[in-house]
Amino acid sequence: MPADLKPAAPVQLRHGSNAGQPQTRRDGLLKVTGRATYAADNHLEGMLYAVTAVSRIARGRVTSLDVDAAKAHAAVVEVLTPENCPRLAHDPDVKMPYFGFRIEVLQNDNVRYVNQPIALVIAETLEAAIEGAALLNPQYAEEPARTGLDNGEHFAAAAVGVGGPPRTAHGDIDRGFAAAKHVTEADYVTPAQYHNAMEPHAVVAQWDGDHLTLDMPNQALVLSCAGYAAYFGIPRENVLIRSPFLGGGFGSKAIINGPQILAIIAARMMKRPVKLALSRSQMYGPVGHRGQTWQKLRIGTDADGRLTALQHSTISATSSFDEFLESASNASLPLYDSPAIVSEHVGVRLDIGTPGPMRAPGEASGSAALEAAIDVAADACGMDPLEFRLKNYAETEPGTGRPFSSKALRECYTKGAKTFGWAARPLKPRQMRDDNGLLVGWGVGTAVFHCPHFPTAARATLRADGTALIETAGADMGQGAWTALAQIGAEALGLDPSKVEISIGVSSLPDGGVAGGSGHTASAGMSLHSAGKDAISQLTDIAVADPESPLFGAGNIGVVARDGRLYRSDDDNRGESYANILARAGRADVVGTAKAMRDPAIAEKHALFSHGAVFAEVKVDPDLGQVRVTRMVGAFAAGRIINPQLVRSQYFGGMIWGISFALLEEAITDKRTGRIMNADFAEYHVPVNADVPSLEAILIPESDPYLPLGVKGVGEIGITGTVGAIANAIWHATGVRARRFPIRIEDLVGGLLSVDVP
Amino acid sequence: MSLSVSVTINGAPHAIELDDPRVTLLDLLRERLELTGAKKGCDRGQCGACTVLVGGRRVNSCLTLALSLDGSEVITIEGLASGDALHPVQAAFIEHDGFQCGFCTPGQIMSAVGLIAEGHAGDDPERIRELMSGNLCRCGAYKGITEAVLEVQRAQQTGNRKDAA
Amino acid sequence: MNRFDYIQPKSVNEAIAAASAPGSTYLAAGTNLLDLMKIGVSTPARIIDITRLPGLDEINWLPDGGVRIGALVRNSDLAYDVRFSRTFPSVAEALLSGASAQLRNAATVSGNLMQRTRCAYFQDLASACNRRKPGSGCDARGGENRLHAVLGWSEHCIATHPSDFCVPLVALDAVVEVEGPHGARDIALEALHALPGATPERETTLQPGELILAVRLPAQATVYAGHTRYLKLRERTSYAFGVVSAAAALEMSGGTIRTARIALGGIAAKPWRARAAEAMLENVKPTPEAFAKAAELALVDARPSGDNAFKIALARNIVVRTLTLAHDGTPKDMPALPASPFAATPGTSHAG
Repeated sequence: MPADLKPAAPVQLRHGSNAGQPQTRRDGLLKVTGRATYAADNHLEGMLYAVTAVSRIARGRVTSLDVDAAKAHAAVVEVLTPENCPRLAHDPDVKMPYFGFRIEVLQNDNVRYVNQPIALVIAETLEAAIEGAALLNPQYAEEPARTGLDNGEHFAAAAVGVGGPPRTAHGDIDRGFAAAKHVTEADYVTPAQYHNAMEPHAVVAQWDGDHLTLDMPNQALVLSCAGYAAYFGIPRENVLIRSPFLGGGFGSKAIINGPQILAIIAARMMKRPVKLALSRSQMYGPVGHRGQTWQKLRIGTDADGRLTALQHSTISATSSFDEFLESASNASLPLYDSPAIVSEHVGVRLDIGTPGPMRAPGEASGSAALEAAIDVAADACGMDPLEFRLKNYAETEPGTGRPFSSKALRECYTKGAKTFGWAARPLKPRQMRDDNGLLVGWGVGTAVFHCPHFPTAARATLRADGTALIETAGADMGQGAWTALAQIGAEALGLDPSKVEISIGVSSLPDGGVAGGSGHTASAGMSLHSAGKDAISQLTDIAVADPESPLFGAGNIGVVARDGRLYRSDDDNRGESYANILARAGRADVVGTAKAMRDPAIAEKHALFSHGAVFAEVKVDPDLGQVRVTRMVGAFAAGRIINPQLVRSQYFGGMIWGISFALLEEAITDKRTGRIMNADFAEYHVPVNADVPSLEAILIPESDPYLPLGVKGVGEIGITGTVGAIANAIWHATGVRARRFPIRIEDLVGGLLSVDVP
Repeated sequence: MSLSVSVTINGAPHAIELDDPRVTLLDLLRERLELTGAKKGCDRGQCGACTVLVGGRRVNSCLTLALSLDGSEVITIEGLASGDALHPVQAAFIEHDGFQCGFCTPGQIMSAVGLIAEGHAGDDPERIRELMSGNLCRCGAYKGITEAVLEVQRAQQTGNRKDAA
Repeated sequence: MNRFDYIQPKSVNEAIAAASAPGSTYLAAGTNLLDLMKIGVSTPARIIDITRLPGLDEINWLPDGGVRIGALVRNSDLAYDVRFSRTFPSVAEALLSGASAQLRNAATVSGNLMQRTRCAYFQDLASACNRRKPGSGCDARGGENRLHAVLGWSEHCIATHPSDFCVPLVALDAVVEVEGPHGARDIALEALHALPGATPERETTLQPGELILAVRLPAQATVYAGHTRYLKLRERTSYAFGVVSAAAALEMSGGTIRTARIALGGIAAKPWRARAAEAMLENVKPTPEAFAKAAELALVDARPSGDNAFKIALARNIVVRTLTLAHDGTPKDMPALPASPFAATPGTSHAG
């Protein structure tokens, strides 16, 4: 063993604190030792391997497959095609309620997008299954691919995002523009982006009679069980999904996709467990993506730099057969005070896989355009971009006038600017260079994200030994649910987190809702909190009724739960441990349960948002156009923070996604064929370590009196604001305004050569 | 054609009879030896999730034919800790929150161990970032990763200086 | 991946004999070949694993001061070899700007020379590609081609050669030693990679069965050690193929350039030596005007093959910059970000 592999002292995990403390991750030990089990790590006795063959055309029909060639390959045992694929109990072209999408599962020979599964090869070994799929040599009847704005089918959308209205208008937009001194107009194109979680979608499917067990990464465990049950015509309680760890999700693992269904069909057909893992390239199609947008911003400002009108119009791409439209224009609704605001969307149908929610769906694309355009408007008014944003600060929700439940955005601006050193920023572009002659620019963007809530349920069991078990079918895709939810549960139970065992990631637990929308901690946390309180309440009932307890008769005065003991609220000297109370009552445990949903009145009466301000420094090579984001400071206010270390990591991740959106990510589609020509990790660029030299996240304290637990959400807000901040910094460095994302070298070099700024 | 290969994995010798010449080191580990720590993120040398040490050097196991490894020594994430005692890099990753979802983590850690052994980064964070750039992290835990590697590097340099004194 | 026969020869002769069977391919580290096999672009019937051949993994210094690098020397071992990186710093810098640390630990010198284009249409079996399937056409023409060739391309193929390593090697007159069924011969590296013309499938001038044994850098190339750089423009800071790149080397005498070496990467199907530009710089003062003129000459024949006219301007700019950096002097230590515009502190030493 090399010298550097000598054993080290055991790591000390800090479990000695409660909610609000920066505990390290509970699942850390498993993750750093390779013992955290992801779906494709499961290996069952008698397991077969399944690999999909995918379409290389965007539209048409499969006319032939060389099934014999595939079957002749050693160790291939079966090939699933539309000819022999069993019909499903639920028509996959009929949308499943709640977040269902139309999917392709070999029910016919139609092709609607590139990389659609057109067959499934099942083999004894992975190598054989892969080669079997390659041997199918599909032939097609091909129709012209609709790949862009010019040849797509435009339509009036019934809804954007998840059921949102396609148009929202406040005030008189025409009057607003008529009153403007300056009207800024700017167009932006955002590309198709793919979630590209590091863990490709995978499933190990196993049948036992009509009981189905699935090891799969899943952001919506209980909801998904109902979906799989419907497709296979079995009761939903017959489906068990195990998803202790997700190798990233970002929205793509909350939805039922075709390939996993195929693996389940194969397992049923073969009467053996089947493992299927998509290849990286196969993820560019059947598992969702962030849809392309074409956005137009019109911003009217008066002589003082106040907004008079804000109009945000988006064309959102969706597939030819289903709808998920980036609700990009809605990014303009909650942020800047304007007497007139219009957010509107239309759709365009392309021969692509259906887009879906991808980290900050709608908000990311919309914020990118809005924040870039706001800077153009500030410049038109001759104002500092931060000053301009402060001047147009919304004290109440624009249009509706509803109060914000809490809003510490001003503090985000102030603290972020101070930390970044914004005051030293020259107003005009191309004023700063570093020692090596690189152009330097600073930009700011406002971050905002709404606070959704999902109904959840949980169970909290206080055990005779003074420990507890808390349970909910939550999902940890990296955000830290294992840790943060345990902290919330421990707090409600009055226990040190080290005394609390948590169980999540299995669908048989009480419904933990969806790990998405930045709402998981607040939603699952609320029911865990309530379940914990329920358990404490039951324990209290036992204690106060027990004449032998020091708490006897304290029912009216009340008790508090702390450090594993109940105390009289009026006397800290009169208390008793949970274990004693249970032991005397002869109880093995008390089980608290809860179903929780935020009171809808809270959202009706208040605007619920997290906020932030992101400051970015970029350097740009003046001759070569290469860009590096050399420094970023984000200041965020998101209500109560359960675990600052995990939250900071969420902000960092979001801000890095912002770098990616601004400078790197783009699926490049051949307009003639609809084929994505960079469906891999070599040419579809996501940031590498060297792209991220300096990041700082500031947690602005914010107390929210209305939200349950005071918790907002932190998973997605980091990407908003950041894209605009970078685009604005690039303008400040170069004098070139971004009009599409990602900003390409040629946009800058062309601009650098033509822009004449002293 | 002989399809037998002798490899030492995490200190244990393995005499392996393969039924297929196409098996990569990654698939050998994951599907045949049930050492699933190394992860398949791209299978094409484009993400680093499959990084292991072969002969003490970090490589992408997905682009390594198992057959070509006859006589080699392989160390995977499962072989890094010694019983309950974590390798310092593993401990530092926990301490600095150098991961979120954890999928790229075994590759990141093996890469970091390789980097430290190579000795070209010193305690320059910029060199660490550059030399860790073969490991993608989609969650964006790069700051913690760099800090973790830096901490171990510095601790080791301090240790070396003490040894020399 | 198709099934194949796997052979591990014990000697060069045995390897060459084994390669006479149709469908044979030499396998070194496999970082490119295995990838291409996985996506079905390469379908060898027989793999001849040369990684165990004796004697091919050495760096030997020749009596005249030149160096002979064995075909199986790993990219990282060469780049970090102290004498090599001091003597041929731009070659080391190019190596360290390529791929990732893991890939450099595996990839070999000869494998780097033999790597295939990254053209997406070459990699996509559903696309027409004359290089992969002669006579099928070129879907890169009229397709997504912003990163394709601007020099030396033809109607039949507009692919580029992706190597970083080869760029300074070509500038420095590297020679490739090969051995084949008909004996041994030397090939100038500049003549190893073929321009597409009407036969893009002929990617190199190697004859069937020929095996690269070594690459030599001549003693003459050592005169540039103090004034040579490699610079690579990328779409992310690291772990990315170059958009354009350049190697420059200057032999200075007093305040005058005695000789110059310039090569470009990422713009043609081969590493592109800019001889007219080199000649123009001989015996002139290293002024910005001279460098700009050299850049003009280097790209005089360039023309877009698609949406890539910007690469011509970029290539000119990178030639000027690389010459400027070379003139400023080779950095004392390897930059933290090798070949990156963000590491180019001219003439100053970098922490290391």
